[in-house]
Amino acid sequence: MACPTRKPRPSATLAVALASRARKTKSDFGTPYRGHEGQWSWLAHRVTGVAIILFLFAHVVDTAVVGWGPEAYNRVVSVYENPTVRLLELGLVAAVISHALNGLKIMLIDFFPSLTSRIRLLGFATLGLFIAAMIPISWIMIGQIVELMREG
Amino acid sequence: MATTTEPREASAGTHRPVGAGRERPVGGFELWAWLFMRISGLILLVLAVGHVLIMHVVDEGVGRVDFGFVSVRWQSPFWRTWDWAMLVLALLHGINGLRAIILDYVRPPGVRLAANMLFYVIGFLLFVLGTVTVFTFDPTKWPGYVPLT
Repeated sequence: MACPTRKPRPSATLAVALASRARKTKSDFGTPYRGHEGQWSWLAHRVTGVAIILFLFAHVVDTAVVGWGPEAYNRVVSVYENPTVRLLELGLVAAVISHALNGLKIMLIDFFPSLTSRIRLLGFATLGLFIAAMIPISWIMIGQIVELMREG
Repeated sequence: MATTTEPREASAGTHRPVGAGRERPVGGFELWAWLFMRISGLILLVLAVGHVLIMHVVDEGVGRVDFGFVSVRWQSPFWRTWDWAMLVLALLHGINGLRAIILDYVRPPGVRLAANMLFYVIGFLLFVLGTVTVFTFDPTKWPGYVPLT
């Protein structure tokens, strides 16, 4: 016996695939949340989480340089005297705040299951809070970047 | 330490509505990990968001951070404790998050174990380095250097 499970003919496979496809909407493909907005907050939570932990790996090392004295540490923190690094820093702050607010939303749903019916509202409230927080923060941090560029 | 190469089990029978995310694990290590993520997340909400706002936003932001700033700040046991607690919780929270992601995307058991181990080792080394940094820092080792108080 060469092949224990006989392969269906290609035409039959195609027919099954087409019939299955016809029953699905576009958002049924490959999304565990079936196209729900939660899919996007899930993705954002992962991306910001990975970004934050990778920054933390570097940040523990750069902070450890403080044990080598003022000259070494001040040279390390002078990387922040660069507008591009400062923009990345704004991204880091945004990542932390977004991850924190979305984490709070996850906890609300996990510990108060009755809120699950209001999940869309909670998702948009989280997004609204994030934007509301980022407006003054961006204003302040971009102001610092402009100041830095003026100093030259 | 969780070196499992199998995805966690979700509780059977209950069906969460669309958009509510994954189900709570049924028990064992995974349930404790699930609970730890939420408790540490809640504490980090204060520690990490507070840290980011203090160090990167208010009062000239990171522009004022230098050796003198750290010397003054770490005169206070409060900030040393804050920074050390944040270090420990953030490393555990972040590396457990990486473990969840590795379980999702890395399929071959050997590679999965290797990837997890890599981050456990990095995490442990950074925990040691960070702990030594926070608790042994002593600006008086540089006598010519007088921090502004």
